[in-house]
Amino acid sequence: MIDVKNLTKWYGPVCAVDHVSFHVEKGMIVGLLGPNGAGKSTTMKILTCYLPASGGTATVAGYDILGESMNVRRNVGYMPESVPLYGEMRVRELLMFRSALRDIPHRQRRAAVDRAAERCWLSQPEDVMRRRIGELSRGYKQRVGLAEVLLHNPLVLVLDEPTLGLDPAQIRAMRELVRSLAQEHTVILSSHILAEVEATCNHLIIIAGGRIAAAGTSEELRQRVVGPSKIMAELRGEEPATMAAMIRAIPNVREVSASQEGQWTRLAIQGEAMTDLRAEIFKLASERGWQLRELRREVGSLEDFFIQVTYEQSVRSPTLPASSA
Amino acid sequence: MRKVLVLARRELAGYFFSPMAYVVAALFFAAGGLWFFYKVFIPGNEASLRPLFEAMAYVMVFAAPLLTMRLLSDEYRSGTIETLMTSPVSDAAVVLGKFLAVMVFYLILLAGSGAYLALVAIYGQPDLGVATMGYLGMVLLGAAFLSVGLFASSLTSHQLVAAIVGTAILAVLAILMQLLVAHGAEPWNYLAARLNAMTYFSDFSRGVLDTRGVVFFLSVAALFLFFSVKAVESRRWR
Repeated sequence: MIDVKNLTKWYGPVCAVDHVSFHVEKGMIVGLLGPNGAGKSTTMKILTCYLPASGGTATVAGYDILGESMNVRRNVGYMPESVPLYGEMRVRELLMFRSALRDIPHRQRRAAVDRAAERCWLSQPEDVMRRRIGELSRGYKQRVGLAEVLLHNPLVLVLDEPTLGLDPAQIRAMRELVRSLAQEHTVILSSHILAEVEATCNHLIIIAGGRIAAAGTSEELRQRVVGPSKIMAELRGEEPATMAAMIRAIPNVREVSASQEGQWTRLAIQGEAMTDLRAEIFKLASERGWQLRELRREVGSLEDFFIQVTYEQSVRSPTLPASSA
Repeated sequence: MRKVLVLARRELAGYFFSPMAYVVAALFFAAGGLWFFYKVFIPGNEASLRPLFEAMAYVMVFAAPLLTMRLLSDEYRSGTIETLMTSPVSDAAVVLGKFLAVMVFYLILLAGSGAYLALVAIYGQPDLGVATMGYLGMVLLGAAFLSVGLFASSLTSHQLVAAIVGTAILAVLAILMQLLVAHGAEPWNYLAARLNAMTYFSDFSRGVLDTRGVVFFLSVAALFLFFSVKAVESRRWR
């Protein structure tokens, strides 16, 4: 659905996007994750044909962003970061205007507006559609912005920080909405908050310093965080050194380090990648009659990974590109 | 073309919500009204709106940029330009839609001045041919001046800057050129005479249909609309 190859964008002497390549399949919810000024917004602006790329190519919904810009625009719904709307217009008025711009035939406009409003919970309370946008709260504005991009039922939705400035309840509602959209649309959204992207997206692209630092499903990324599998066990029954030695003898165990916690021995066991040693450890413990208080596979925190990769990037390129906003 | 109308309709509706449009309308009518009652509507005077048209033309040097300053600057400032430019609409359609909207608003203002013509017609016999030419001149001058203002608005996200730049360009066309004609040295005064918007306009206000004036105003309008489209496009290569 979206195919990006070596996309590069220079703002004068500053390189905001540096040879970014990725691929998005139909029906995926892709999260662009990165610190502020990483190049997320710029990438989105290029994909939606607002800005041209300095180098590289991309196709969206099968159309080239440079050569077939109008066709790309017809198939993309883009919600910019600040959700710009005409404050003096009423909600329905704005949506009708947008659907006219979106080539929706005159007779179908009302239905399209109602459908988009319904999906974004704008139909209730009744009077929202008649309210002036300037008077709406941030959460409602965000919904109007989203309704706006849903009007023409685009194949691809590009949402720049869709939950920015929402309260927790609204964030949850927005996440559910975005997830429900994936049935018909391919969604690409950006955020600088990991939890946000993890909760909504099934595919993550971590961008820092204009480059892709890591990409994959959150499972795949986690795998990379943990690296070799790591197991924590708390045991007692024999001397710590003996227990550590016996565990070290289990196949696929790389390293064991022991520490004392009261009467219990705390063992940090590193195994080969993609192995789960918990069953073997339990078996050994039961054979030897050890007491087992805890046995858990360490799941690496993506947060740490995110901070780590983005930090590496910022160390490598100390002059972070300015925010594109 | 249909999208130009869609855009123009929204923009025109926007005028009726913006206080600036009413302020400009008030300025336009106050200046026109004062001039009308001091210079035109005097017993024994010639039943002609000519002095009024000349005054309104000068008022437009300041009024046109005030009317147009919002058009693109506000889109840049609020970021709505992004949603606009990522819709299937060409840059030219956006510029034309805005121009059409401000033109219609200006025509409404101009229609308001019909009251003066009516007053003159009640108390005298104005030459309707001359009045028609005067209005035609006002429409052409408006098209040229408003497109200059639109161009100024396409350059910046600050409305005030847009208004000042627009007024400056118009002042060159309408006032500086006149001074150059009067006081300029040999080659310059001839050149200035060709670029002097007010000379062309005074032909119209005298009731003369001079194609040079028609061509001048229409080409200024076309040129600055073209510049505006290029300025809007410039985000792509800036």
